[in-house]
Amino acid sequence: MTNEDAARRRIGATAALAALVALLVLISLGIGPVRLSPLAVAEALFGGGSDVAQVIVREIRLPRTLLALAIGAILGLSGASLQGLLRNPLASPDLFGAPQSAAFGAVLIIALGLADVRSYALPVAAIIAAFGSVFVLLSIAGRNAGLLILILSGLAISSFAGAATALVMNLATNPFLVLEITFWLLGSLEDRSFQHVMLAFPFIIAGAIMLFSQRHAFRALSLGEETAQSLGVDVGRLRLFVISGVALGVGGAVAVTGTIGFIGLVAPHLMRPLIGHDPGRLLVPSALTGSALLLAADIAVRIIPSTSDIKVGVLTSIIGVPFFLYLIMRERRALGGGVA
Amino acid sequence: MSEIALLTAKGLSVRLAGRVVLQDVSLALSPGHLVALVGPNGAGKTTLLRALAGLIPSEGDIEVGGHALASLPLRERAKRFGYLPQGHVVHWPLPARDIVALGRYPHGATDPARLSPRDAEAVLRAMQAVDVMEFSDRRVTELSGGERSRVALARALAVEAPVILADEPTASLDPRHQIDVMKNLRATADKGVLVVVVTHDLGLAARFADHMLVLREGRLVSQGAPADALSEQVMADVFRIRAYRAEFQREAVIVPWADV
Repeated sequence: MTNEDAARRRIGATAALAALVALLVLISLGIGPVRLSPLAVAEALFGGGSDVAQVIVREIRLPRTLLALAIGAILGLSGASLQGLLRNPLASPDLFGAPQSAAFGAVLIIALGLADVRSYALPVAAIIAAFGSVFVLLSIAGRNAGLLILILSGLAISSFAGAATALVMNLATNPFLVLEITFWLLGSLEDRSFQHVMLAFPFIIAGAIMLFSQRHAFRALSLGEETAQSLGVDVGRLRLFVISGVALGVGGAVAVTGTIGFIGLVAPHLMRPLIGHDPGRLLVPSALTGSALLLAADIAVRIIPSTSDIKVGVLTSIIGVPFFLYLIMRERRALGGGVA
Repeated sequence: MSEIALLTAKGLSVRLAGRVVLQDVSLALSPGHLVALVGPNGAGKTTLLRALAGLIPSEGDIEVGGHALASLPLRERAKRFGYLPQGHVVHWPLPARDIVALGRYPHGATDPARLSPRDAEAVLRAMQAVDVMEFSDRRVTELSGGERSRVALARALAVEAPVILADEPTASLDPRHQIDVMKNLRATADKGVLVVVVTHDLGLAARFADHMLVLREGRLVSQGAPADALSEQVMADVFRIRAYRAEFQREAVIVPWADV
């Protein structure tokens, strides 16, 4: 395949993805107890149609859809960035315990009664906790960590975050609070308002800008840290940018939706066969794929018939974990200590 | 070397994890030379190469082209050194041309798909120099060891830096490819570039290099023209071997032979 073919294919795939995301946005705005056709949705969105349709689309479903769009994107982008930084296809915020740590930060704030779920204290605490977890993980990993060290450290960190969260709930005196926290931890986009959008968006956008700005450095890093450094990449700064970007994005996302897992792991993998392995070029398609996945999952939980609502975080994990197992199988030679 | 020095080090020392790996190394290297850096395992050859490129912290003064290395920003340093590490690791299956194009990264060409005509020409020159044009669109992970090492060399050449630092570029190559790589480096030096090569192959070093640096336990113990730097005495003291010496087709032949 020549360069021109590859470029054409990349652009085609990205455009198709963008169209898919747009379509899913329309469906997401149209689906719920009151079903609206894409046309009615478009009408209501731009101030036409009935008052009821306008309220449903613009005030109930739009925030939820915007959050799915942005959170899916930042999760996909975070996964692709971590995979680029660590040159490792099994890197992702979920496996490194970032969302779990962010959840702990947020839960702590809720349990201590320091803030309700609409305060900026929540995302800030989640971001700090997520930063701590990724920072610790990358410090343990050092310059050239293998898969095994990364995954084991990630397991340790997410277990610790889980235990710390359990401790907070254990010590909480108010049973209603515990119930609220439990449901929140499952991860959901239901009943989110524009307040939530305002809460999460600044952090998600800042994180996305930080990660995207490093796209070329990820490419140079394909040759290893030492060579990248010899090419003029400030590897220390790059690491700090990635840790901060992931923490801002994941922390901001978790603060309004709870933990939604495995999108960051899955999205880049779906894109490699289409886009190629260049870690710099994978960022935008991975973000679009993340959006598409989360929008689709959030549409699915509204369609799947069940006695009580299925939380979208539960659904992404149910699908994501088998995918993770499949990846382990594919990478098992590298995991087994052999040369990949 | 008596010409004006391009790369100099004065009192260079490196400590890694509290251990002194390099001690008080001073050297002055001029453009247009192929310099072989030799020494037993653990003598500090790779460390010296890294320190010269500014990739690890060191004590002492390093100057490149009259500028103190420490005062140069990362990007400026990167333009002055084509650094070729051991092993030629590539973590993703990228096309060979994209790998070579990364050599233009220090010049601001960070995206292989959008090279300026000047950068594209440099990439082409580098690929032609080591004859890898035919792999241009192939993924490096699908290439043989010899092919991959040539792509890696092309990447270092594409920087078009005044100094090339290559760490065991001939390791794990068959004899034919070892000679090819050394010939390429020799040709690069003949174009006026300073090439420093770490190698364990004293035979290749003696044949292709015109200057030799001998390291032992972190100290520079001998330097000069290959025949002088690798004297009987140095061979015995540093490498603990004796060598068969001869001349073949008017080039120096050194074959490590017996224990001292």
